[in-house]
Amino acid sequence: MKEILEDIEKWKKSDKSIALARVVKVEGSGPRDPGATMAVNEDGEVAGSVSGGCVEGAVVSEALEILKTGERKVVTFGYSDDEAYAVGLTCGGTIHLYIEPLDW
Amino acid sequence: MGESILDILRSAIHDGTPVALATVIEGEGAGNKLVLQSDGETSGSLGNEALDRVVARDMSGELEAGRTGTRHYGPNGEAREEALSIFIESFAPPPQMLIFGAVDFTSALVRVAKVLGYHVTVCDARAIFATIKRFPQADVVETEWPDKLLNTVGPSLGIRDAVCVLTHDNKFDVPAITAALKTNVGYIGVMGSRKTHENRTVRLREAGVSDEEFKRIMSPIGSDIGARTPEETAISICAEIIALRTGRDAHSLKKGSGPIHEPSS
Repeated sequence: MKEILEDIEKWKKSDKSIALARVVKVEGSGPRDPGATMAVNEDGEVAGSVSGGCVEGAVVSEALEILKTGERKVVTFGYSDDEAYAVGLTCGGTIHLYIEPLDW
Repeated sequence: MGESILDILRSAIHDGTPVALATVIEGEGAGNKLVLQSDGETSGSLGNEALDRVVARDMSGELEAGRTGTRHYGPNGEAREEALSIFIESFAPPPQMLIFGAVDFTSALVRVAKVLGYHVTVCDARAIFATIKRFPQADVVETEWPDKLLNTVGPSLGIRDAVCVLTHDNKFDVPAITAALKTNVGYIGVMGSRKTHENRTVRLREAGVSDEEFKRIMSPIGSDIGARTPEETAISICAEIIALRTGRDAHSLKKGSGPIHEPSS
């Protein structure tokens, strides 16, 4: 969170709506611990990261969707054989992200 | 209109004072937030007073340990219930590293410690060496005797902090080490060859350092990675600090088995 505060401040000043994705739980091997935070603004600009680059693209799509709907939700990214073609972590772990609009 | 939750977080993080944020992520009132400041004051609400009271108490413990994770509660904060998932995030000020001795190795160690997020203080009693010009990335450069500086900042040192003694001169080393041993600092590393180390051990015994205290002193400093240059040595020291904190032997991952990361909560 700390490293992205400056970007958030800048975006808020120019009245951009912002979604925040935070790692809330990690199972197995995961690149980032709970607390890792990524912010996405309405233009799709990104600050921070929540993994080693494995799921960031999918998080941006989720975040932009959430900025439209105003919904808040826990999104899970993991790997299983069935999902071999879906977005997942190459390290085989599972991460749970809480994504919400930064309206607080 | 009061400060927003984000405003409170931002100013605490900016001032370097500890602050914790709780967010309901699943269950009734998802998105509700409570923020706890270091003076015990809370802002916002997770839904009701009973829940706020229970969670604020847990937040205080998590903040002290610098932990971040998800916990489960009943609607009014009941333990062993799962109706609510609450994510508690601790924002603790950065850990401190005190480096004694303004030598060649110091500059490299300052840079590596900054990469790792430490608040770095360089201290040397010799004014011509202890200058901010020589250590532009250090947060603080002090011209002071190590034991005097430790008398001042020692009480604020805890398990996440580190003291690195790089002077390898008994005149500075011995007072620095004995003063560091009086603090709760998590890591004490002391530079020197095996010979310097043996000589210093004799001096430390004379100064009254006990066997139990010797266990805390990492000397000669660093992980056994064959480091030669100041930069490599800085990596070796920081590797040892990380390994000591996680309770691992810092050999190569290739030679071991099992998970690369400790499971987190």
